[in-house]
Amino acid sequence: MFDTIIQLCDATLRVSAPLLLACLAGLYSERAGIFDIGLEGKMLAGAFAGASAAAVSGSAWVGLLVAILAAVALALVHGFASITHRGNQIVSGVAINFIVAGTTIILGQAWFQQGGRTPSLAGAARFEGITLPGAEAVRGVPILGPIYSELLSGHSILVYVAFLMVPLTWWVLFRTRFGLRLRAVGENPAAVDTAGISVTWLRYRAVIITGVLTGMAGAYLSVAQNAGFVKDMTAGKGYIALAALIFAKWKPVPAMFACLLFGFLDAASIRIQGSPVGIVTWLPPLVLLVTALVLLGYAKLKMLPVILGSLAAGVVAYLLAVVLQPYGPPPVRVPVQLINALPFILTVILLAGFIGKAIPPRAGGVPYVKER
Amino acid sequence: MSTPFAKLPRWADYGLIPLINLLVAFIVAGIVVLLVGENPLKAAAVLVEGAFGSGQNLAYTLYYATTFIFTGLAVAVAFHAGLFNIGGEGQAYIAGIGVAAVCLTFDGILPWWLTFPLAIVASAVVGAAWAFIPAYLQARRGSHIVITTIMFNYIAASVMVYLLVNVIKPAGSMAPQTRDFLEGAQLPKLGWLFEVFGLSVRSAPLNVSFLLALFMAWVVWLLIWRTKLGFEMRTFGFSPKAARYAGIGEARVTIVAMLISGGLAGMMALNPIMGDQHRMQLDFVSGAGFVGIAVALMGRSHPAGIIAAAVLFGALYQGGAELAFEMPNVSRDMIVIMMGLVILFAGALEHMFRPTVQTIFASLSPRSMGVPAPKGEGA
Repeated sequence: MFDTIIQLCDATLRVSAPLLLACLAGLYSERAGIFDIGLEGKMLAGAFAGASAAAVSGSAWVGLLVAILAAVALALVHGFASITHRGNQIVSGVAINFIVAGTTIILGQAWFQQGGRTPSLAGAARFEGITLPGAEAVRGVPILGPIYSELLSGHSILVYVAFLMVPLTWWVLFRTRFGLRLRAVGENPAAVDTAGISVTWLRYRAVIITGVLTGMAGAYLSVAQNAGFVKDMTAGKGYIALAALIFAKWKPVPAMFACLLFGFLDAASIRIQGSPVGIVTWLPPLVLLVTALVLLGYAKLKMLPVILGSLAAGVVAYLLAVVLQPYGPPPVRVPVQLINALPFILTVILLAGFIGKAIPPRAGGVPYVKER
Repeated sequence: MSTPFAKLPRWADYGLIPLINLLVAFIVAGIVVLLVGENPLKAAAVLVEGAFGSGQNLAYTLYYATTFIFTGLAVAVAFHAGLFNIGGEGQAYIAGIGVAAVCLTFDGILPWWLTFPLAIVASAVVGAAWAFIPAYLQARRGSHIVITTIMFNYIAASVMVYLLVNVIKPAGSMAPQTRDFLEGAQLPKLGWLFEVFGLSVRSAPLNVSFLLALFMAWVVWLLIWRTKLGFEMRTFGFSPKAARYAGIGEARVTIVAMLISGGLAGMMALNPIMGDQHRMQLDFVSGAGFVGIAVALMGRSHPAGIIAAAVLFGALYQGGAELAFEMPNVSRDMIVIMMGLVILFAGALEHMFRPTVQTIFASLSPRSMGVPAPKGEGA
C-alpha cells in the first residue's frame, strides 16, 4: 500500500512538472494582460525543437536551449500580433497552435523520416534522473527513507527547476518592482503608461518569459520524460495548464497545487486503466476530490486547510472502504475517458462559479491603445 | 470582430484584404515547403491539379468544402454576436450521435428523403445542445466562452470515445464504429451534376448535403442581415454597451447565437456520416471544426465569403492529399499549417496590412475613402 502511494506520488510529480512550467508560463503572460491560448503550441514546438536539436547535437542542454529559442520565437509572434498590432489574442493563440501542430509533423517527417518521430535519445542527449545527495544512504529508514530516495530523488533536473520556479515566480511577482509593474499592466495599463513605463516593453518581456518557460516544458516532455518527440505529444497539456491557471486564480502557489491535482488524475488514470477496481481503490480518491472541491467552494478556505481536510477525508474513506470490503461491494470499472476528461470538467465547474470564482486580470485580452 | 479603422471600398474590404492575407500565408507555407526540400511552385501546381484537375478531384474538393461551409457558418454566426466559438469541433462530434441515432433507427424503414430531414433536425438539435452549456455559462455566470468551448471539445472527445468503444459499437465487432447504414440512410451522390458537363466523378462522395450547405449559407445571410434577431446579434457583437442601452437582452442573444452556431456545426456531421462513410467512426470530424475558424475569418463572416473560403480549404484538403502522393514529405498536415497561417494573417494580424492599403487608397482617391480632399488642392 505504502509503496503504491509512493509510486503514485512519484508519477504525479513527473507528469505535473510540464504542466507546472506551462502553467507558470501562462501566469506571466496573463498577469501582464495577454491571454495565451497558445501554450499548447509553444510547448509542442519546444518539444520538437528540443528533441531534434538534442538528437543532432547529442547534448540535452543544446536541446533545451533550442527548445527555448523556438518557443520564444513563437511567443514573439504572439506578442507581435497582440501587442504591436493589437490583434485578437485568442485568435493569435489558436493560429500558433495550428501552425505548430502542422509544422512539427511535416518537418519531423522530412528531416528524420521516422513517421514524424525524432530519433530516440540516449545518454548525454537526454536529461537523466538526478540522485539527490544521501539518497542511497537513507533508503533503509522507514517511511522517510523511501519518501526521500524514491519520491524526491531521482527526477530530472527540469522537475526540480519546475518546482523551484514556484517560489521564484511568487517572489518576482510580489516582491520585485518588475512584478508589481507586470501585475499593474494586466490590471490597468493606462496607469502604468501614465507613470512613464512602457506598456509595450513590459508586455513583451512577459511573453518572452512565457516563451522560455513553455520551451522548458516542451523540452522536458521530449528530452527528459520521453526519449524523443512523437507527433502531437503535448496532447492537450497546454490546455490543461490553462485550466490549472484558471483553477489557481492566476496565483503561483495555488497553480502548483492545481497542477499536482491534474497530474495526479493523469497518473491515477494510467494505473487504473482498463481493469475493474475494488472499493478500496476508488472510494478514497473520490472522497478526497469531492471534499477538496466542496471545501474550496463553499467554505472559502485557504489552500492548507483544504489540503489537510481533504487528506483527512481520504483517510477516513480508506478506513471505511477497508471495513466495507469484506461485505463484497462489486468492483467498478472506471472509464478511463472520464478521468482524462476530469481536468476539463473541473475547470468548467470552476468557471461556472460553483467552486469559488475565477476573476482574470482586468485588462486581460484587451489590446492597449495609447491615444483614444 | 469590429473594424476600428476607416472604411475601405467594399471590394477591397471583402476581396483585396483577404487576398493579401492569403498571399502572405501562401508565401510562409512556401517557405515550409522549401525547408522540407521541395519546390514550392511545383507543389502549388500539383495542388491545383489535384484539387481541380478532373471531375473526381473537383467533386472531392466540393465534398470537403461542404463540411467547411457548415463549420465556417457556425463560427461566423457566433462572430457576428461577438462570440468566439472554438467548440465547433466538439459540437459536430457530439452531433454525430443524433445523426447516428436517426440513421440506425430509420434506415430500414424510411427512404433517404425522409431520413435526411429527421437527421438534419437531430444533428442540429444535438449540436445546439452541446453549445448550450457554454452559452448558458457565458450568459448567466460570466464564464469565458473560449475557455469553456475548448474544454467542451476535450469532454466531447472523451464522451465519444467512451460511447463508441463501450456503448454504440455492435457486439462482436472490434472497430469502434456503428454498424453500416442501410440504403435508407445513405445520401444520394451528386455525380450527375458533373456528368451533365461530361465529367466523370467515379467514387467521389459529394452528396446532397452540399446543397443543404448552400441553402444554410443563404439562411444565415437572411438571418444576419434581414431579421430582427440578426440585427440584435450584430449590434451586440459590434458594441455590447449600445445593445444593452437599446434594450437588447444580452443573455438571450448570446444563448440564441450559440444555439444557432452549435446547430450549424452539428449539421456538419451529416456530410461524412450519411454522405460518405455510411457509419459513424471514431474522430470523423478530424479537425473540420477548427478549419471553420479559418474559413470564417477569411470569408470575413459573410456567407458568400465563407463559401469561397470553404472551397479554397476544400481544394487545399483534396489537393494536399494528391500532393502527398507526389511529394511524400509534404503530407496532408500542410493544410493544418495553412489553416494556422490563415488564422494568423486574416485574424490576429488583420490590421497589419490594412493601414498600408488604406494609405495607398487614400493617396490614389481620397474620396473613395470618405476623406475630404486635402486643402489647397485644385486651388
